[in-house]
Order: sequence, then structure tokens, then C-alpha cells
Amino acid sequence: MSELYEMTAWQLAEELEKGQVCSVDVTQSVIKRIETVEELVHAYVTVAPDRAIEMAKESDAKRAKGASNRLLGIPVAVKDNMCMKGQRTTCGSRILANFSPPYDATVVAAMREAGMVILGSCNMDEFAMGSSTETSFWGPTRNPWDRDRTPGGSSGGSAAAVSAGEAILSVGSDTGGSIRLPASFCGVSGMKPTYGAISRYGLVAYASSLDQIGPFGRDIRDLSLLLNLLCHHDPKDSTSVPRQYPDFTTVLETPVSGMKIGLPREFFSKLDHPDVERVMKDAQSVFQALGINFVELSLPHLDYGIAAYYIIAPCEASSNLARYDGVKYGHRAENFSNMIDMYRYSRAEGFGSEVKRRIMLGTYALSSGYYDAYYLKAAKVRSLITQDFRSAFQDCDAILCPVAPTPPFKIGEKIDDPIQMYLTDVFTIPVNMAGLPGLSLPGGFSADGLPIGIQLIAPHFEEVRLIQLGAAYQKETDHHLARPSI
Amino acid sequence: MEYEAVIGLEVHAQLLTKSKAFCSCTTKFGNVPNSNTCPICLGMPGVLPVFNRRALEFTVRMALACNCTINEISRFARKNYYYPDLPKNYQISQYELPLAEHGWMEIDTGTNTRKIGITRIHMEEDAGKLIHDETKAFSYVDLNRTGVPLIEIVSEPDIRTPEEAAAYLKALHSILVYLEICDGNMEEGSFRCDANVSLRPFGATGLGVKTELKNMNSFRNVQKALQYEIDRQTEVLESGETVVQETRLFDPASGTTSSMRSKEEAHDYRYFPDPDLLPLRVTFNFVEQVRSELPELPVQKRDRFMQEYQLPRYDADVLTSSRMLADYFENTVALYPQAKAVSNWVMTELLRLMKAANEDNPSGRISPGMLAELLELMDKGVVSGKMAKTIFEDMYDSGHTASAIIEQKGLVQVSDEDELRALVCKVLDDSPKEVAKYQGGKTQLLGHFVGQVMKATRGKANPAIVNKLLLEELDKRG
Repeated sequence: MSELYEMTAWQLAEELEKGQVCSVDVTQSVIKRIETVEELVHAYVTVAPDRAIEMAKESDAKRAKGASNRLLGIPVAVKDNMCMKGQRTTCGSRILANFSPPYDATVVAAMREAGMVILGSCNMDEFAMGSSTETSFWGPTRNPWDRDRTPGGSSGGSAAAVSAGEAILSVGSDTGGSIRLPASFCGVSGMKPTYGAISRYGLVAYASSLDQIGPFGRDIRDLSLLLNLLCHHDPKDSTSVPRQYPDFTTVLETPVSGMKIGLPREFFSKLDHPDVERVMKDAQSVFQALGINFVELSLPHLDYGIAAYYIIAPCEASSNLARYDGVKYGHRAENFSNMIDMYRYSRAEGFGSEVKRRIMLGTYALSSGYYDAYYLKAAKVRSLITQDFRSAFQDCDAILCPVAPTPPFKIGEKIDDPIQMYLTDVFTIPVNMAGLPGLSLPGGFSADGLPIGIQLIAPHFEEVRLIQLGAAYQKETDHHLARPSI
Repeated sequence: MEYEAVIGLEVHAQLLTKSKAFCSCTTKFGNVPNSNTCPICLGMPGVLPVFNRRALEFTVRMALACNCTINEISRFARKNYYYPDLPKNYQISQYELPLAEHGWMEIDTGTNTRKIGITRIHMEEDAGKLIHDETKAFSYVDLNRTGVPLIEIVSEPDIRTPEEAAAYLKALHSILVYLEICDGNMEEGSFRCDANVSLRPFGATGLGVKTELKNMNSFRNVQKALQYEIDRQTEVLESGETVVQETRLFDPASGTTSSMRSKEEAHDYRYFPDPDLLPLRVTFNFVEQVRSELPELPVQKRDRFMQEYQLPRYDADVLTSSRMLADYFENTVALYPQAKAVSNWVMTELLRLMKAANEDNPSGRISPGMLAELLELMDKGVVSGKMAKTIFEDMYDSGHTASAIIEQKGLVQVSDEDELRALVCKVLDDSPKEVAKYQGGKTQLLGHFVGQVMKATRGKANPAIVNKLLLEELDKRG
């Protein structure tokens, strides 16, 4: 039998329910794994083993009193940008290196309420700005499949933790691909749900109109468990959509035969990596065998996605990050002679270079005289992209495309070339721009054995379709069962 | 050359909601610094704003009272600037799509009546307060006020004189208080005003270079600051120079304005739509609901008072200057229907005492029922008009009713003719010389005799009866 830390949440839930194991056993297994491999992976900013064991004990006690839900007692890791009351939440930044929030994010509160065991906070690109987890103040996370390579970003720690057996489940956030890219690079499953499906309350904001929390797991079934917990209307988030969400686990067996998948010309014409092309072809064959029809379609404004994203996201970021000024919390410079210098030195010392770059981009783009040419134009492009998808979904149920143009790249390979780094997100950014749900699934491996993901995109609030398709796909494939040898 | 002033005013009014604009903290004034705060108004990482619908209702009330068009869709925007009293370093406000636009208000300066256009009314959140201690190298930040809902009412540059500016402000103030959406307290900053002023030659239609005036915390200071600025700009123009576009600070002590920052130093607020808040939709039904619940406004009330109670315009203006005063008047008239007499008492006696006591609630010390009782006692002759005024002051100080004071102090008017006739005779007997002079034609001495009788009764004698008896007795001796 495999070690507990290698099992899926679904399997563990069954074992826990049967009373074969208790949450303390599972948690201890995961903590032991963390002790063994964390030094090599660096998936966490903060590991809290004592608290985790306490939470495991509490969940076992709850179960003894008759409580039962499939996430009770399951260890989970949380990206370091979701507030945990009284626990350090740094956002991968020096400016929040010693910050402990006085409140719980809505998703954290939900996980506590469900009796999940929170292992700690996962490493991330500083303020979620990056595609490789290299911009973290705490140093890079390493890809469990090849430690010279990045796990993708910005939720690289959350993906690496699940991949390396340092967590059973994890949550990340996705602004331009920050869940789907690391899922692809680390060979795990990850979903960015529809904008508005999961509360952003307590998620430290990067770009508010694009940020969305979502789950990581070893397979689609585990994602459906977490989605059931996380997808809820939250009155504390004005952008949270009031609606009833289905039980996502009920569609895992639903047949997909007869569904129509769209293949956007603009995405596939960009492919120039043989391994990625092969993985996409394989995926098409799998879906074809499942009785799915394909339709080629066009998303004409896709090419402007990255350009528009790098206006809108920095504009919002420049305002969202203004609060880190050394006045109330977080890093404050020690030597200054007046208020303005206190602001300047605290921010100069507290933020890393990628964050500064985006603050400057956004500040410039919002400046008087430039607003119309940049922000307003980008907002129009965004509407056009949304419109493109809307038309596309009249001809298909979901869209299939790559997650990233390449398999995982090397640490240091793109960090000094922001444009190359930004282009990593060419297939994921448009999904955020349109607020759609996107799923990243392990789709195969490169010639040198690195994971490559595939992406499925559905219309707003059609996560159910993604789960149906994902479950059918994983029944026919075993990419998601492969584990890195670490 | 003769110049004409072009003035536009921006008024900020704090709304009387129980909780803040985007979180559930209390808006109560005067609590321990930083006690009315939560992660949201402290601008903690990860928090999100949720709009207080009550603030919307209040703003719609004001927009309707100012004859504005209410936009079905309006948007919150972020106004970005750094200051320690602004925890997020941006203020949630409205910019491109305000809640209401294109309104107007009628003002009356006493000499003429004019319509002043209202450009827009929008909603925003207040900032906190910095407290500076000269002896320390740092300042304190109090964030209790942070996030309290405000409305900003921007006028068209339709105002021409400081007097009109004051009349406009008083009219706005009175409406806000009537609508019960703002306490109007200028000292505590619940009602604040900035002014834009420029000059142009009489008859010209273009606009001159304007300056913006800040820090005027009373109607009088607004008037003084504007007058100073008009005089200053006139001098600048007459000396052949040009006015510099800038923000100027009014100093109440010296009555002057001085440059605070130039146009070049002005902030670039980098407004953009707040992505944390959805576009605000105000339905027709909601607006009509609010409209149907609007109270009678000052101008309507004034006109009704003139018609219903046959009061002169002056009385109606004074009585409707505050909703509490108007209610007090009407409640008193309901018990004592001689409206003009009530109006006289309220306008002279009551307002005088309220002003002296710095009190703004008319029924705080003397209820309408208490005033009505006093007026009735006067009509019945129990007390004289003069006594009534003294008793009224007593009532105001002690809170006792007129009858209680009369009994306690033995102030009942003496109207007994036999008792008074004896006194009258004694006074006349004691003053043979004056009686002789009276008989000789110096009839104005009657007042002297009345005075003597009043003195002998310590003011309690019924003056009408004393008069009558004196005439009778003097007649007998004639």
C-alpha cells in the first residue's frame, strides 16, 4: 500500500470514514514528508506542524462525535496570499514579512469550518506577480520533477506541495494563469473557477477584477471536493455572485459523448514546441474516443490579450498595493527624516523589482492624459475578448487548448527578461480577461520527462462541464497518476 | 474696470447613517481614537468594501430635493493619493458616473431670488484625522472617521456674490437637516465647504483664472474668505497682473487667504473604476419610493405657513429655518390657535433664550404645551404680558410649567377691584401735588400713578384694572 501522503483526498476520505486511519495519522505522514523533501522543493513559506496536528486532533474528535464530511481531517496547504488570523501571511514579500492578519479569509474560514487541517502557507511570486515563483522574497520554489526548473507561478508553492506529497490538497489564486500554469508544470490538476464563484474576501489583492481563488489536487475528483466547499456566495465580497452551486461530485460519472469541443485557431497556430503539440494531439484523440466532436473556431482578439492584461492588472495593482506604506503594518524603513521619505524608503526596501515594475506601469497608465489611451483601450479589448468567447461558446460546449507554450523552464532562464516571462501566460490570460472557468489537467510528458498540461475552458459558471470532461479524460489516461521521484 | 465674481461651491456633507459606507463600524462621533475601526476601514490586506444601502437612500433624498436627474447606473471610482489618514491610500468616490446630476436650487438673499445650478451629487468615503503634537517628532492617526459616508454637492459657477454663496449654503444646510440625513454641524466637520472663485469684467461671458479656497468652517467665514479673495483678485487684475491658478487656505484669525499649493503641485488622482464594487444600479421604483417618503422641504413649508397661518414672509422664513423650530411652532398652534401670537413668542423670546443657551432644540426646555399654557394664562388675565416674559425665562431655566412657577413664587396677578381701589386711593392721597398737576392738565402723570401702584404690589397688579380705577378716582377728585 502507498504511503498516506501519496493518496488522494477522495481515497483518504474513504479510509477516514471507514475508521482505517485517523486524521492525525494522515497529517503526521504529510508532515514527515515535508520534513524529508521541503528542503529540496521549498514549497512553503511557513509550515505549522504543531498547529496542523492540533487541527487533526480536533477533526478526529469531531468525527468521533459523529461529524462527517469528505474534507474533514484532510491536510491542505494555502497560498501565502490568503489571510489566516494570527498567522503570518506574507504574500511572498518583504513588505509583509512580519504581517499577521487580524482576520480569516472567507476560504480559510470555510476550510476551518469543514475541519480541514491547514499545514501552512505556500510560496508564491511576490504579490502573485510572476510565472515562476522566482520573485518570492523567500527564494524560488523548485519543480519536484526537476529541481533546476521552476514550478510555474505564481501559485508555484501550492502546486509543488501537492505534486511532491507535501500536501493532499491546496488552494492558489489565478490572475493570469497562476493556478493553471503551475498545475501544468508540476503535473497536478488545478482549476480557476468563474470570476465571482469563490469569495475574494481575505485574498490579498493583486488585480481585483482578475484575481480568483481555486483548488489544486492530484485528480479531478479531489478538485470537485474542494470546489464544493469553496464555491459559495459571500456577502463580504461585492463581486461574489449570488447563485446556487451544484454538488460538483455528482457529475464525475456523467457521460460526455456528443459534447462539442472548440479548438481556437489562434491558440494552435502559436504552438511551436513539439512536445506540447504532441500532448495536444494525444488529448484530442482521447476526447475523440470518448465520442466528442471537434469544431475549429476563431477568437480574433486573443492576440491583444497579453498587452491588455499588462495594462489592466498593473493599473489595479498600483492602487491595490498603495496601502503598503509603512504607516499601519508591514515593513517600515528605519531611517527617514520626513513622511514622504518614510513612504519612499519603506516601499523601496519592501517591494521586489517585478512588483515595482508593475506599480510603475500601472501608475503611468492611469496618469492624467494617458488613461484613455491605455486603461480605457485595454478595457475595450477586454470586452472584445469576452465577446469572442461568447460567440465561440455558441458553437461548442468547451474549448481545449494548451496551458503553456512550453514544458517547465529553468530557474533563472526568464527572470531577467520580463517580456519572455509574460509570454508564458499567453494561453491562460484571455480566460481571466473574460472571467471564465479554466481547468488545467496533466496531459503527458516532454521527451525529457517533464509534465505538460492541457487546458479546458467553459462558459461562465459551467464548471460542471469542466469536471465532467476532466473526469472522463482521467478515466482514460494515467498522466495524473505519475509522481515525481523525489 | 468693474468686475463680476464667478463662484462655484463644493459642499461635503457627512451622512447620518449608523454604520460606515463600506463596513459595519459605527459612525458615532467622539469615541476613543481608533475604536470605531475594523480590518476593512483600516485598509488591511485582502479586505473588500460592501456598500451601505442606507447611504444610497440618503443621497437619493438629497438628489431629489435638489431637483437632480438620478443616474440609473453610477460607478464608484478610486481616487488615488498618499496620506496617513487614508489607510488604503485611495478614497472610494465617484468620478465619471456620479449618482445624480443636473439639479438646481432656489436661493433668496433677501433682495432677490435666484436659481443656482447643481452640477452633480456623488457619494464617497471620509478620511481619518491626523493629530499633531508640536512637542513630538511624530503625529497620531485617528481612523474613527475613516469610511464615514459623505456626499459631495458641486454647484455650477452660478453664484455672483459672497451673500449669494452664504444663502446657497444655508439653503443646502437647511435641506440636509430637514431630510434628516446630515446633522449639519460645521464645527465637527459634518458640513464642509470649498469654493472656487474667479473674476471677469461685467458683461463678459468667458471665465477668468480661478482660485480654490479651503478651510472655511462657518457661513460667515465663507462669506469673509470670498470677499477677501474677490478684493485680492481685483487688486491683482487692476495692477495689470494675472491671477495664479492655485489652492488657497483661509485663515479665520486674520480673515485672509494664502497660497497652499499651485496648479503644478496639484495631485494627479489617477481615477479609475473601483474593481471591488459593481456598477450601482438605482431602479425607478426605488427612486419613487424615496420620493414618496420625502418630507416637506423648507421652501414648501414657508409658503404653507404664510398661507395657512396668515404669517408675514419674515415670520415664515424664521420659523421654517429649521425643521425643529417649524414643528415646535405648529405643535404650539395646535394647542393655542392664535398663530401670530405664537410666532411672536417663538421668534423673540424663545429664540433669544435658545441663542443665549447655545441650544438648538426648541422643545428641550419648554414644550409646546408649556408655552400654550402660558399664553392662555395671559389671555385669562392671570398674569400680565410683562410677568409672562419673566415667567417664561424662569420656565426656560427650571423646566417647570408656568402654573407651577406662578404658584411657587406667588405671582398671581391682583385683579381684585376693592383691593386695588384701596391702593389707588392711598397712592393718590400720598401725592397731592401730582394730583393737582394732573388736574391742571398734565395727564401724562397717569403713568406715574400706575407705576406707584405696580410698585406697591411688586408688579402683580393687573395694569388694565389699575388704569381704569385710577381714571375713576382722579375723576372723582376733579
